[in-house]
Formats: sequence, structure tokens, C-alpha cells
Amino acid sequence: MADMIKGNVAIAEAAVRAGVQFYAGYPITPSTEIMEYLSGRLPELGRSFVQAESEVSGINMVMGAAACGFRALTASSGPGISLKQEGISCISDEELACVVINVVRYGNGLGTLYSSQCDYFRETRGGGNGDYRCIVLTPESIQEAVDLMAPAFELAEKYRIVTVFMTEGALGQMMEPCVLPDFIEPERHSWALNGKYTYKKIGIFDRNSMTEAVALNEKHALIKENEQRWESGHVEDADYVFVAYGLPGRSVKGAVKELRKEGHKVGFIRPITTWPFPENGFKEVNQNVKGFITVEASATGQLVDDVALTAKRVFRERNVPAWSLCCVYGVPSLKFTKDGFARIMNNELKEAY
Amino acid sequence: MAKERKVPALIDNPMSFCAGCGHGIVIRLVAECIEELNQQDNIIFPIGVGCSSLLGGGMVADRLHCPHGRAASVATGMKRVTPDTTIITYQGDGDAYNIGISESLNAAYRNENITVITINNTNFGMTGGQMSWTSLPDQKTTTSPKGRDSGATGLPFRFPEMVAGQFDVAYAARGTVTSPKNVNKLKKYIKNGLEAQINGEGYSIIEVLSPCPTNWGLNPVKAMEQIEEQLIPYYPLGVFKNRKEKQDA
Amino acid sequence: MESINLKSERCKQCELCFAHCPSDAISFSNELNKAGFNFACVDEEKCIRCGICYTMCPDGVYAIAINPQAKGEQ
Repeated sequence: MADMIKGNVAIAEAAVRAGVQFYAGYPITPSTEIMEYLSGRLPELGRSFVQAESEVSGINMVMGAAACGFRALTASSGPGISLKQEGISCISDEELACVVINVVRYGNGLGTLYSSQCDYFRETRGGGNGDYRCIVLTPESIQEAVDLMAPAFELAEKYRIVTVFMTEGALGQMMEPCVLPDFIEPERHSWALNGKYTYKKIGIFDRNSMTEAVALNEKHALIKENEQRWESGHVEDADYVFVAYGLPGRSVKGAVKELRKEGHKVGFIRPITTWPFPENGFKEVNQNVKGFITVEASATGQLVDDVALTAKRVFRERNVPAWSLCCVYGVPSLKFTKDGFARIMNNELKEAY
Repeated sequence: MAKERKVPALIDNPMSFCAGCGHGIVIRLVAECIEELNQQDNIIFPIGVGCSSLLGGGMVADRLHCPHGRAASVATGMKRVTPDTTIITYQGDGDAYNIGISESLNAAYRNENITVITINNTNFGMTGGQMSWTSLPDQKTTTSPKGRDSGATGLPFRFPEMVAGQFDVAYAARGTVTSPKNVNKLKKYIKNGLEAQINGEGYSIIEVLSPCPTNWGLNPVKAMEQIEEQLIPYYPLGVFKNRKEKQDA
Repeated sequence: MESINLKSERCKQCELCFAHCPSDAISFSNELNKAGFNFACVDEEKCIRCGICYTMCPDGVYAIAINPQAKGEQ
């Protein structure tokens, strides 16, 4: 039986059911309901919640809890996630596992309160200093979000990496029917610090960065090979394939349905992991495809870069053009996508690549 | 009668501190207290960035190198998920009081049940002796070459007194390593801090005035004298917040 | 009977032991240890096994052991 539930609250409860033992964070719109909900819920279950003095402190508390082998979570938005990058980079360096939720809001600096996808580059490139990536999950609905919460932790633990759970302001704030997943009780990791020095670590100055770099490269390659997730439709015969994730990914599916009815051979790829980018989804596309069109909630077009790079890898013998339909402020509507498609067909919009 | 004296197995390894650095003495004291309190299999050290990081190389115990200044936050996360494990942050003054002043103060503010050991050598040792918030007025460092101008850079501040006076913490003390007598006193402070944590009394901080012969440009014995003559008058030794049970006794 | 044992290879010749030894039992070798220091030596005749060298040594050079046989005799 599906109940109407607000996105942020559903995601928070899904995290509880995935076995989150610890949450630390700092309020910021549009993510705040996650911590508000957990502030009551976690202590109720004998688990821990800390309202940290800053995002910096919050992510470092998460680092401590993760190092002790428990499922640890923090959530924030835009500028708050910027402050967490130091910690995310260090957690990645220590190869600990945790989940960071970014309920993305639009804008540079302090940003705005509008729903957006403008943090795509940062999240899919690691975000902090150094040579690492985070696994990035980008759900299209509240149902998909709650279903992805346990996998978010499982992936983080399998590869000892940070999973970024990238939603959008609108997904966090909206309500829709959703069936929550069952409770699971994860075990404490064998590589946890338990006070007994059963997991041997060496000092920071005794590490061999060169050897570690090789292992890190192998780990990232393995994730790329094994963990691509996407949804696609009508790509086998498509002249044009839309690529969009999250809420735009969902609205694009409606646009494809209508455009198909109108006789346009269009398809879609909706990345569920934006890192690793679902290159395998592109291999299923019609070899004679005429172009890719991203629909994304940012001003400058970010997803289109990954699409163009992936097209370059998959269609080596020719250049498949890529367009970007950028929709700042909010979720691109079905009409926005159809209008954009018409402009592309009329040569009114120059391709990005 | 002589007592048996043996460096605890926890830290019985060569460490790469400079000759005459106080870190080695403090680490040994911490390890002795851990053994005496039977915590050697129940201990995690969130370690700061700076010379304190060198601790990681010689220690046979769970530890994590924290981002610069954030050890108190990392310790908070550790303690909240494993409340029965003894968590000791080990940081320098640059780490805990400059870049980490927010995390350090906020952990004390929450009366987080952790023990904080801060090695105050009044400068940034690892990076070659820059000015710290604890550098004394007129102290020459590589970033205050003419001596610290307190009018422009602030007065050195006293963290244990601050948290003892303002926050609801369990225990706050300052010791030093200048003489056998002071070393023994410092050990009592450290032990009290750890006992406070083990008993769930809350936040404990032990600051240690420690020599940095290399960056002070003094030989180790002279550096100890410098602490006695110049640091202790500014940074008094003693207990600023005592444990409740001790006050009752 | 207590014995004083030294791990000379750890000595960095900071001389804190020397400065605090109450019985002038500590001197420094003419030889160098692997790290390149004239390491501390103890005159066992003068040494009273008070442990102050252990207390002041930052590098874990010193240990004072109680001879197990002597322990049994007590």
C-alpha cells in the first residue's frame, strides 16, 4: 500500500531502514527535513543524531562513525556540500564508506532556493582535491529514491567509496505515493576501527602513494565496469536520443512518448548512476543515430559533456552531435523538451558538440 | 625501592620527532595511562595534522588521521557510535586552536564524552615554525619575524581556561614536561581526563606546554628552561575544571 | 636486583636524561648510532635505578627491569 510522503522524509526513513546508525549535519534548504526527521527518529531507535556546528564538522563526524564501521549519513545542499568536500576527499582517501545526500539547489556561492541540477560536475568528478570519484545515484522519483538508499550503502561498502545521493530540491519537497523498503540490519564492517587494532593501518607518512594510486585506478575501473545503472527506451531505432537524469529524466520520458505518437523516432537514456556514467546504455543506441539531446536543469549545460564524451567512445568512426536543452530554475517540463526538440529540428539551436 | 619502567607496547617503536621534542614524553604518558586503566584493547586515536601526525607511524593502536583541525568532530562521530570505546584526540595547538578552533570549542560546548590532548608548543612545528594563536607576544616565528604584534594578531589564548570557564565540561587541565615532577603531575592530569571519559563524565582536555627546540632555535635543555621562564607565566599549570567526584572527595 | 637497559639506537642525544640524572650516571658515547647521534650511556655503578631518565626521555631509550629472581626473593 503506497502512502503519500514528502521526498526528504521518505529518503530519511529509507536511510533508517537501510540501517543508518549515525547522522550529523547542518540545516540548509531544501534538504533540512531530512535532518529534522532523523533528529527524532534515530534516537527513538537507539541510534545517534548530532546537529553539528557546521557542514565541515558534520562530515567529519560522519568520517568518525564510518571509520568505526557503521552506516553513517549526512545531507545538505549546494554550498553546504561545498563545505563538506574536505571531509569527502579525506573519507575517500581513507577508503571509508558513507552516503552524502545533496538535495541540489540552483546557484553559485550561496545559491538560491530553486530546484536544480547545477552540481552535476562537482558530484560526478569527486568534488574535492585529489584523484577520486564518488558513486553518484540520481533517482527520478521518491519511490526510486527510497529503493536506492540501501544500494547506496551497499555500493559504498563494496568499494569502500563515498556514495553521493544526488536529488533535486523539487524531489525533496514534493509528495507522491511511495512504498517504503523493509528494515535491514547491516553488520559492522570487518575493516572498522574497533579499539583493538584488528584492522592494521599504517601512518600517513608511511603510506606508498604510488602503489595506492595503481590500486585506486583499478578500483575505479572496476566500478565503471560493474556498476553502471540506467533506464532507456526506444533507443534501437531512434534518430535522436534524449539523455536526462533525475526529475528531468522522468519528464523526458513523457516527451518521448508524445513525440513518438507524433511520428518522431526519438528515444531516451536516463542515467541512474551519473558516475559511473552509463556508457553501456549508449551501446544499445541505433548505430545511425543523428544526435543526442540532454535536458538538464542548469544554465550552462553539464551533463552534455559526459554525453558527448561517451558518444565519442561509442561511435568512434563518426561525430554524433550533442545538444543541450538547459532549463534554469525548476524542472524542465514536457513542453520545454518538445519545444526544444522542435528548435533543434528547425536548426534554431546550435549543437554543443 | 626502584620501580619497573617499561615503555608501553602501544607506542614502543622509534618515532620521528626531533631530538628533545616533548611529543615523545606525552605519548608515553598517554600510553602508560591507557595500560594502567586497562584500555589498550579499547582505544581509538583521532590524530591531528602537524607534528602530531608523526604519532601514527609508531603507534600500535587504532587511529585515524583527521582533516586538519577536525579531530574533535571525528572523535564525536566515533564516540557516538561506539560509546564504550575510549576516544583520545591527539593534536597540536595549530591544529586544535587555529584551524580547528570551531570543532574544538564545539566538542567542548556539547560536553562530548571524549578526551582531548593538545600539545601546545606555541608555533606550527611541522611547517617550520609559523605563528600560532598561542605564540607569545613578541615571539619571533617565520610569520612574525619581528616578533608577534599582539595588537594586530591577537593575544595568545588559553583554551582549557576558556572551556572550563564557559562550558559544562568534565575536566580541563594544563601540564608540562619540563621536569620529572611536572611529567608526573601531567600523567595524573591525563589519567583524570581518561577516567572522566571512561566514567561517562564528559569532555576532558589536557593541554601540554611542550618544547619545540628545532623551531625555537634552542637546544632541548634550554627549550625546557624557556617553558619554565616564559610560557608558564602566561599559561599557568594546573586543573581549571575538576571532576565532580574529585571535588566531593 | 634492578637492571637498567638502553635501546641506544633510539637515542637522539637530546640530553634531557643527562640534565635530570640525580647521580651523574649518564654520559655520551664517542661512537655514533645509526641515526648519527652520540648515544647516551649509563654508568651502572653510579646509577640508582630511579627511573628519571625513563621519565624524561622522549624516545623510549630507557627501561628499568626488576630481575625476576630478585622479585622472588622479596
